[in-house]
Amino acid sequence: MLVRSKDSSFIPSSEITPKSLYVNRREFLRSAGIAGAVAAGTGLLSELVFPGSANAASDSTPTGKIDGVRKSPLSTSEKQNSLKDISNYNNYYEFSTDKYEPANLAKNFKTRPWKITVDGAVKKKKTWDIDEFLKLAPPEERIYRHRCVEGWSMVMPWIGFPISALIQQADPLPKAKYLEFTSLVDMQQMPGQRVRVLDWPYTEGLRMDEAMHPLAIFSFGLYGEILPNQNGAPLRINVPWKYGFKSAKGIVRITFTDNQPATAWDKAAPSIYGFYSNVNPNVAPWRDQSTERRLGEFLKRPTLMFNGYGDQVASLYNGMDLKKNY
Amino acid sequence: MKAIGWSKLAVFPVCLIPLAYLGLAAYQGNLGANPLEVITHTTGDWTIRFLLITLSITPLRQVSKQYWLIQYRRMLGLFAFFYGTLHLTTYLWFDKFFRWHAILDDVGQRKFITVGFLGFVLMIPLAITSTRGMIRRLGKRWTAIHRLIYVSATAGVIHYYWLVKADHRLPLTYGAILLVLLAYRLAKWAAPKFAAARVAPASRNA
Repeated sequence: MLVRSKDSSFIPSSEITPKSLYVNRREFLRSAGIAGAVAAGTGLLSELVFPGSANAASDSTPTGKIDGVRKSPLSTSEKQNSLKDISNYNNYYEFSTDKYEPANLAKNFKTRPWKITVDGAVKKKKTWDIDEFLKLAPPEERIYRHRCVEGWSMVMPWIGFPISALIQQADPLPKAKYLEFTSLVDMQQMPGQRVRVLDWPYTEGLRMDEAMHPLAIFSFGLYGEILPNQNGAPLRINVPWKYGFKSAKGIVRITFTDNQPATAWDKAAPSIYGFYSNVNPNVAPWRDQSTERRLGEFLKRPTLMFNGYGDQVASLYNGMDLKKNY
Repeated sequence: MKAIGWSKLAVFPVCLIPLAYLGLAAYQGNLGANPLEVITHTTGDWTIRFLLITLSITPLRQVSKQYWLIQYRRMLGLFAFFYGTLHLTTYLWFDKFFRWHAILDDVGQRKFITVGFLGFVLMIPLAITSTRGMIRRLGKRWTAIHRLIYVSATAGVIHYYWLVKADHRLPLTYGAILLVLLAYRLAKWAAPKFAAARVAPASRNA
């Protein structure tokens, strides 16, 4: 289903960076990466002894077009950010706290073999092989706004399917109230984890009704192709009405729980990152969230309640004080 | 005197390298997906770095006995003010577009902005009183006023520490350097008093 097809009917947008441009960039990043390895003193020896060895393992990582992708009425028609911007500006602390580094550091990240464990308060606990997991539901393109808590935003064409497809399959017990998403820990492959900037593994969580919402998706593709590693391959979630850090990357475990799960960012700074972290221009425990810069634009635009998805999701929070439950 | 003039002329463009780098990268479109963020971070970084470099002149010249180093101190301090001005302007203009109520909200309510703003404001009198005439006119008070740089640099480091989300390595590094530079001054100031205290009881016994 997923890998390498010559069918070119999909890619919807004129926004895609010409391949020559980003291939050149990758070439540049590769040499920059070697320089970086020299500077850091890591990987230098193997690079000297086996030149190019760092690139040898990459054939286990699938690349290429995803077939049979349906469009979705939940997509926005706003101008999409370029693949170049989306795949070179990544908050992925497992690799680096510098947003420009994951593109290079994740280049040889292995996304196969990959297991996803579904456990906790469900009738059907199961450890899935990733390729089997990705067949849970037909792939859809979801063009979403993505608002980072740092004050920037992008529009990105994800490919995935609703989280609800898994929930229905897993058959949760009545006591299951939350989903906890756990990301991979692998210090060898993810050099950012050698520093304890967060309490690894990265964990995130959603309330059951949030996870059941049709807007909440598992993603494994971007711009018609397999998701770039630096964007969270082989599996991430996207919850477009919440700040970006709620959308966990590199997921290996999904646990159904009766208690609200602790999240990595909430543990790091509870005064800033609450469990809900809905996009909210009126609540700003850390910095002003009333405006945002859509990347590629000079002027800032007003930030919308629930990132503009209020019509669909506001009812999830009826009767809740969103100034307290941020 | 002439030799110093020439060397100052050489250091001046070196201090402009960070700005030149930004300008060149911007011209070539190499500032990445979020150019204004890169500009904000780079100018902020160099404000703190120049403050630390300025503060290291006095310990350096005393420890190494290279007393001529003092000739560079004013220029380096003014470069800290220069990069601080660029940093603040980037914020006021490209982040807030001079929406003054939003700026006042920020300065009043968000502690990392409050302390950063304080650090900048305290640099203003230092820049104004950096001329030869002012030094002469203010005399001993000039030295007292210019101790404000201790507060300014501390505020800058705290500003950076508070704004970072999780990775505190760089602000802590700056903080450690600042601590050493301030501790040197404290030790210098306290040493004669300790010496006097030690002498005093001895003379009473005699």
